[in-house]
Amino acid sequence: MFAEFDLEMPNSLDEAVLALARSDGIETLTLAGGSSLMVDIRARRVVPERLISLARINELRRIEILGPRITIGSRTTVSDILRSNQVAEHGAALAASAEVFAGQMVRNVATVAGNIACGSPAADLVPPLLSLDADVVLTNASGFRTVPLADYFTGFKQDVRRPDELITAISWDVPGAKCANRFYKLARRKGDAITVTGVAVTLGAANGVCTKARVALGAVAPIVMRARAAEAMLEGSTLTVELIEEASLKAAEECQPIDDIRASADYRRHAVHMLTRRLVAGAWADLHLATEVS
Amino acid sequence: MKRQTVRFTINGEARELAVYPNDLLLNVLRDQESLTGTKYGCGIGECGACTVQVDGAPTLSCLKLAVSVDGCKVVTIEGLAKGNQLDPVQEAFLDNSAVQCGFCTPGMVMMGRALLDEKPRPTEQEVRDHMRGSLCRCTGYASIVRAIMVAGEKAELS
Repeated sequence: MFAEFDLEMPNSLDEAVLALARSDGIETLTLAGGSSLMVDIRARRVVPERLISLARINELRRIEILGPRITIGSRTTVSDILRSNQVAEHGAALAASAEVFAGQMVRNVATVAGNIACGSPAADLVPPLLSLDADVVLTNASGFRTVPLADYFTGFKQDVRRPDELITAISWDVPGAKCANRFYKLARRKGDAITVTGVAVTLGAANGVCTKARVALGAVAPIVMRARAAEAMLEGSTLTVELIEEASLKAAEECQPIDDIRASADYRRHAVHMLTRRLVAGAWADLHLATEVS
Repeated sequence: MKRQTVRFTINGEARELAVYPNDLLLNVLRDQESLTGTKYGCGIGECGACTVQVDGAPTLSCLKLAVSVDGCKVVTIEGLAKGNQLDPVQEAFLDNSAVQCGFCTPGMVMMGRALLDEKPRPTEQEVRDHMRGSLCRCTGYASIVRAIMVAGEKAELS
C-alpha cells in the first residue's frame, strides 16, 4: 500500500480554510484533481500526513465575468476551460493551452489552481495566465489577498503561498478589442507530453503602435518567466520584421534553460527565439497590423 | 487511518463500502468488487488503462481516491454490455481486430464510448485527439481509431 494519510473533505470554502488553519505541525496538503499530487504521493516525493480534498467545494468551480474582470474559480478544470466561450473570447492563449494539456482524462480532473500550485516551470496554463497579467487570490481563515501571478513564484517549485492559504481564484482584466493573445506548446509529440518550451504572447496596440507586450516563457527557467527585456523592446514601437527578430533573440538571451531528457538548453533557447518570433508576428497580424515574418 | 463509508453506484448498482482514505478507486474496483476489467497500467496517469467513467466523464481510477466518488455514478468496462449484448464500441473492436494483447482495451473502449456519447460521428482527428491519453504499446492505434469511427457510423445507421 502506498502512503498513509488522513483525509478531510470540507463542504465549503469556510470549512476548508478553517481546516487548513488547524494544521499545527501536521504536514498538510490540499488535494484538488490529484493528477499531479497523487502521482507525487505515490512516488513518495511528498509525504503528507493529512490531505484536505476540495472535491465537494463547488463554489470554487466557476468562470464568471464581473465588470472588467474575468475570474476563474480555483477548482475549475481544464475541461471546464475548454468548454467556456468566455475563456475562448477573453483568454485565447489559455484556451489554446487547455487544448494541448495532457489527455482527456487528466483534463477532466486537473484544475487551474493545481497547475499553478504544482509549481512546475512546464505547467501549461501558467504562461498564458502570466501573459494575461493574471492575479492569484489567496484565502485563509482571516481573509484574502491578491498576488500578481508575476510575483507568485519565488523559485523552482517555490511560491509566496503560506501554509494556511488556499488558492481560491485566478482573475485578469478582460482584454479589449485591440489586444491579441497567443500560445504555443513545443513538445516531443502532440499528445500527452511534457512541454519542452511553451510561449505565450499578449500584444495590445493603438494607432499602429504596440502599447503593451507580454512574453511569457515556460520550461526554460526554474519558474515560468516573463521576458521583460524583450517586452520593453516591443512596447512603444510599431513592430517590424527586424524589431520582432531582435526582441525574440533578446527573449532567447533572457531565458535560463537546462539540458534534460526532453531537450538540450541550446535547443530550448532556439525554440524561444523561433516561437517568440512566430507568436509576436502572429499576434501583431491578429491586430490587423500584419508584418511578414516566417 | 480510519475507514470511511462511501455510497455510489457501480454499473447501475448501489453500493455502500467501507474504504480507507488512501484507497484508490482502481483498487476498490478490482480487489473489493472483483471488477478486474479495469487495468492497473502505469499508476501515474500516463497510460489510460485504468479509465472508468465517473458521472459520465472518463476518469483515471489509479489517481482517484475512492472516498471522492461518494454520491457518484461509476461505470466500468463490465457495465457497458447489456446482458449478452455487447456495446457497439466493443463489437466494433472485435470486428476491426482492434485488440492485440488486450491490456489497454478496457480503457480504450471506455474512452471510445465517452466520445461517442458526446459526439456520435467524430472525425478521425477528433478520435485521435480524444484518445491521446490512452496508450497502446502493441501500437494498434490505426485499428482502434477505425473501430471507434465504425461504431459511430453503425449507431447512426441503426
